[in-house]
Amino acid sequence: MSVLLIAEHDNEKLKVFTLNAINAASQISKEIHVLVAGDNCEKVAKEVSTVPLVKKVLHSDSKNYKNYLAENLTPLIVKLAEKYSYIIASANTFGKNFMPRVAALLDISQVSDIIKVISPDTYVRPIYAGNAFATVKSSDSKKCITIRPTSFEPAPTTGGSALIEKVESIGIPNLSKFVKREETKSERPELGNARIVISGGRGLGSGDNFKLINAIADKLNAAVGASRAAVDAGYISNDHQVGQTGKVVVPDLYIAVGISGAIQHLAGMKESKIIVAINKDGEAPIFSIADYGLEADLFEALPQFLEELNKLNTIQK
Amino acid sequence: MKILVAVKRVIDYNVQVRVKEDGTGIVTENIKMSTNPPDDNAVEEAVKIKESGKATEVIAVTVGEEKAQETVRKALALGADRGIHIKVNGIVEPLTVAKILKKIVEKEQPQLVFMGKQAIDDDCNQTGQMLAALLNWSQATFASKVEIKDKTLEVIREVDEGLETLEVNIPSIVTCDLRLNEPRYASLPNIMKAKKKPIEQINADDLGIDIKPRINQIKVEEPPKRKSGIKVASVAELVQKLKNEAKVI
Repeated sequence: MSVLLIAEHDNEKLKVFTLNAINAASQISKEIHVLVAGDNCEKVAKEVSTVPLVKKVLHSDSKNYKNYLAENLTPLIVKLAEKYSYIIASANTFGKNFMPRVAALLDISQVSDIIKVISPDTYVRPIYAGNAFATVKSSDSKKCITIRPTSFEPAPTTGGSALIEKVESIGIPNLSKFVKREETKSERPELGNARIVISGGRGLGSGDNFKLINAIADKLNAAVGASRAAVDAGYISNDHQVGQTGKVVVPDLYIAVGISGAIQHLAGMKESKIIVAINKDGEAPIFSIADYGLEADLFEALPQFLEELNKLNTIQK
Repeated sequence: MKILVAVKRVIDYNVQVRVKEDGTGIVTENIKMSTNPPDDNAVEEAVKIKESGKATEVIAVTVGEEKAQETVRKALALGADRGIHIKVNGIVEPLTVAKILKKIVEKEQPQLVFMGKQAIDDDCNQTGQMLAALLNWSQATFASKVEIKDKTLEVIREVDEGLETLEVNIPSIVTCDLRLNEPRYASLPNIMKAKKKPIEQINADDLGIDIKPRINQIKVEEPPKRKSGIKVASVAELVQKLKNEAKVI
């Protein structure tokens, strides 16, 4: 009853959400094997081998795996899947892209985006933008599962020494080509796992005004998020979007500025430990889930916020 | 070139859904239903491609109960040429929908299939990728820009890191992000015209596919409620609370 877990990485370093998925998988089975498929990604295979929960690392190198195209990864995963009971990956744009392709070829009804493991075949997953939680039991003998990474702690990374096994790459269908990836480089923490997130909405009025958000983010070592409205309006790039179809974040502190609180936005942040809402409309739905609400004009409140933070002797990082 | 667009009828995105008291599901009686929002983007993109002269026909398809036909009718009002409604009652899992759509693709022979990247009811995000797998076609998921080249599509995808550009072979499945385009509204004359466009009805049972769900929904419950918060009077009070009460900064 072992797990084949697909690692996400950039051929140099493991992406942290893989560790959250490993932890979730350990609640399903203790026999976890991790596939590291990439181009010259031996370093990543070694990194994964030190994770104590991992029993074996399957390392497959091919330039066809460099940019993790779903069409290219799928034949390898499907072949390896023969020996496994569970195929698992994180439910971010990495896992969401290839897992259904794998599941369909294995004739498995995939369980997406689980937030809790009840037993090896029964899980809880949010539906309707997190407005309901469904407990579901899979009757397929083999299972394809994606895991909501922010619902599980990352697995510890030191002390393990799993065996690394070389796996031959296999032929690809030549259906698609990678052209380029435009990544937003930032000195700030990543949105998905930052301790503090400050997000702006349409209330900001322009992309330039995000500098008010950025200044506070820098002071608090926070990641910057945004509502879909702000991204659609072109104030900020798509990788900042928090919500049902964007990223799901669960920080210790989430500060929503100029965000009214559409259902679709709340889906991405309402599990945050502490929520602050700053909005000039006292009736905005965001206040109904905020621990601390401040009814104020953000253009006055944000500079004051920075000023107050500057007065503090210490700020937790 | 023919384009197939798949649309799904879901609870309207503005409706605050309620869980049934007996835990068997979501209240759907007397609730406003609409087309799944990114499916509207899929229709828009297909119609735009046809208007640009690069496609000859747009076929809208849906899988669901009798009333699901409304979403096809709406697609027809937005510019699709004809519709197909595969009738089935109860929960239909994405794998089943993908198998049904495969049958339709084999019959209609489109070169492109567009659909939303995710339905806002079950939030599965599976159908497009599964259909691509079953057909052994390329897939362009979470697309925010699509350009038709000679034998390929150049697609910009929204991924966690930012934007990714792929060149995928035609035939292909494209799953659409909300930012792909701005869906048009149906004009009254077009709504009237759509009433005359044909919708073919097919019973899912006649397709020779096992449509029985593989996932048993044991119960549906409301997520834990957040305890109600407070309003603070000033920024100074807010910072003081965050520092000393919540202890998060």
